Amino acid sequence: MSALVEVKNLKKYFEVPRGMLHAVDDVSFKIESGQTMGIVGESGCGKSTLGRVIIHLLDSTDGQIFFEGKDITRASRRQLRKLREDMKIIFQDPYASLNPRFTVEQTIMEPLLISGKFSHKASSEEAERLMDMVGIDQRLRLAYPHELDGGRRQRVGIARALALNPKFIVCDEPVSALDVSIQAQVLNLLQDLQDQHQLTYMFVTHDLSVVRHISDHICVMYLGVLVETCESKELFRHPLHPYTQALISAVPTIDIHHKRERVILQGEISSPINPKPGCRFRKRCIYKAPECYQAQELVEILPQHFVACCRAKEINHL
Amino acid sequence: MTANLNSFLEIKDLVVEYTSEGSVIHAVNGVSFSLERGKTFGLVGETGAGKTSIAKAILRILPDPPAKIKNGQIFLEGEDLLKIDEKNMRKIRGRKISMIFQDPMTALNPIMKVGKQIEEVIKLHNTISSKQAREEAGKMLELVGIPGERFNDYPHQFSGGMKQRVIIAMALACNPELLLADEPTTALDVTIQAQVLEMINKLKQELGTSMIMISHNLGVVADICDDLAVVYAGEVVEMGSKAAIFDRAAHPYTTGLFAAVPTLEEEKDRLAPISGLPPDPSNLPLGCHFYPRCPIAGEECKLGKIPLIEIEAGHFCRCIKIAAMES
Repeated sequence: MSALVEVKNLKKYFEVPRGMLHAVDDVSFKIESGQTMGIVGESGCGKSTLGRVIIHLLDSTDGQIFFEGKDITRASRRQLRKLREDMKIIFQDPYASLNPRFTVEQTIMEPLLISGKFSHKASSEEAERLMDMVGIDQRLRLAYPHELDGGRRQRVGIARALALNPKFIVCDEPVSALDVSIQAQVLNLLQDLQDQHQLTYMFVTHDLSVVRHISDHICVMYLGVLVETCESKELFRHPLHPYTQALISAVPTIDIHHKRERVILQGEISSPINPKPGCRFRKRCIYKAPECYQAQELVEILPQHFVACCRAKEINHL
Repeated sequence: MTANLNSFLEIKDLVVEYTSEGSVIHAVNGVSFSLERGKTFGLVGETGAGKTSIAKAILRILPDPPAKIKNGQIFLEGEDLLKIDEKNMRKIRGRKISMIFQDPMTALNPIMKVGKQIEEVIKLHNTISSKQAREEAGKMLELVGIPGERFNDYPHQFSGGMKQRVIIAMALACNPELLLADEPTTALDVTIQAQVLEMINKLKQELGTSMIMISHNLGVVADICDDLAVVYAGEVVEMGSKAAIFDRAAHPYTTGLFAAVPTLEEEKDRLAPISGLPPDPSNLPLGCHFYPRCPIAGEECKLGKIPLIEIEAGHFCRCIKIAAMES
């Protein structure tokens, strides 16, 4: 296996009136071909920005992005055009991300026509094939987004993303707007498509149960920083960062006999604008100590299990 | 029909319809349940199941038109709220019954200081001076964990979690006997959700408030409710104690919901989605509303109205197949 996508020290800052907003700050990780990397965190942690920077919907401020081993950080317009066939995105809100004046067929055909590889007729046939692939009935070919329910709309978004046989898809909260019974249908579809077409996913979500279900590896983000990363199973078995521990403990459980021991965090996520050096989580952390005011490095504490907390060994008795 | 004297709130056969472009949308179709004083009752279901319509019917704040309460009785301590005139109903809203809305971003007045918004509720329902009302409002803010010095801040100066606390402070300001919480934590991050749920649980114990908790999240309901009803296409399909529903879910829709959600407790290679979609509320299937999606449906499910059947003491299920198996 080799890394399809790799980012090194990736940064994305936004200039805002009060200073610099550090949306993504020095993030490094690899995604192996055919695997799913889950990116989890709460609102404002930079997880969506990270996805957008990787596929070049936003320019990075600093750091490097590699795709199939090639540095694509400063790709030219020409290179980008080719890259955009290989890297796609599925958005959270299928209503806002579909053109309301385009039919289902037009929506799916658009990337095919833009690529220049398909005649009008061929792209229409290809759209038909893609609709079958994601389970949209052909009779909806001429339907508009407002005529579809949320689950079907999201299938249209997926079909559009699959056009031109991409290798890598950023799934940005693709099931958050859906009811649970429909959510399960879409998650199963994404898994089937991955198996059939050896797709590589970066799955961005705030939902820990979903991320655990779908991911091979997980990155936990807090205020633009990667605080913990390892295999999915390992993360839920041995969460080592105090933030990950609190996050997992906060998920309400449906097991009414075994209540999880809750770590209730005090306060709220602080501002990502001009953050002070040191651990960004320390304000809410129950293990806060003087050394937390120093910069935190992502360290391999257990095999293939990386944590950015200087007290991680001590508090986990390792 | 007379009210059950033991229950604090008793809803009987509630029917709510919306009229839209000539078609009738059957949002709530004969819902009955009761709530004991000091207890929390959960309403669980997916988008469009009719949960919010039930809560708004209790407060009588459904927009009419298009919404109409077609049938039913809502007894609060034996008095039918649907028979009270509007003037008296106004005294009940905010004082005896109050509601927490889902979206804290839109439920506050953006151009009014948050403290003032709480003060307004208190002044409306009590004959006290502005100064006393202001003090009370300040106390409410502190109660939900917001420092008093933020009294003069505007909603945009607060984060989502804090705005939701302001809403909760406002809802609790007149010490209501019944609190209707409509997805109070859905718009919040999990760590903030945990804070808010903990706070609601604590306040409930301190103030003894009875509560109806509406949620699509089974985990949230498990956390906070004593009893619950699962709502599908405007009907209660299963109802019982928390233990009955979470340990012995019977209705195919309820068991389907449990199978469809990924959880942190168990590893599922594949989720088991409920096939199909919820029915069109303006064109509900005859018989059981769930039969087109039901894995165990038979011909008999397509005929007539399916009753809510007691399958064990206090545990009701609207499914003739399950009832036949149980007996």
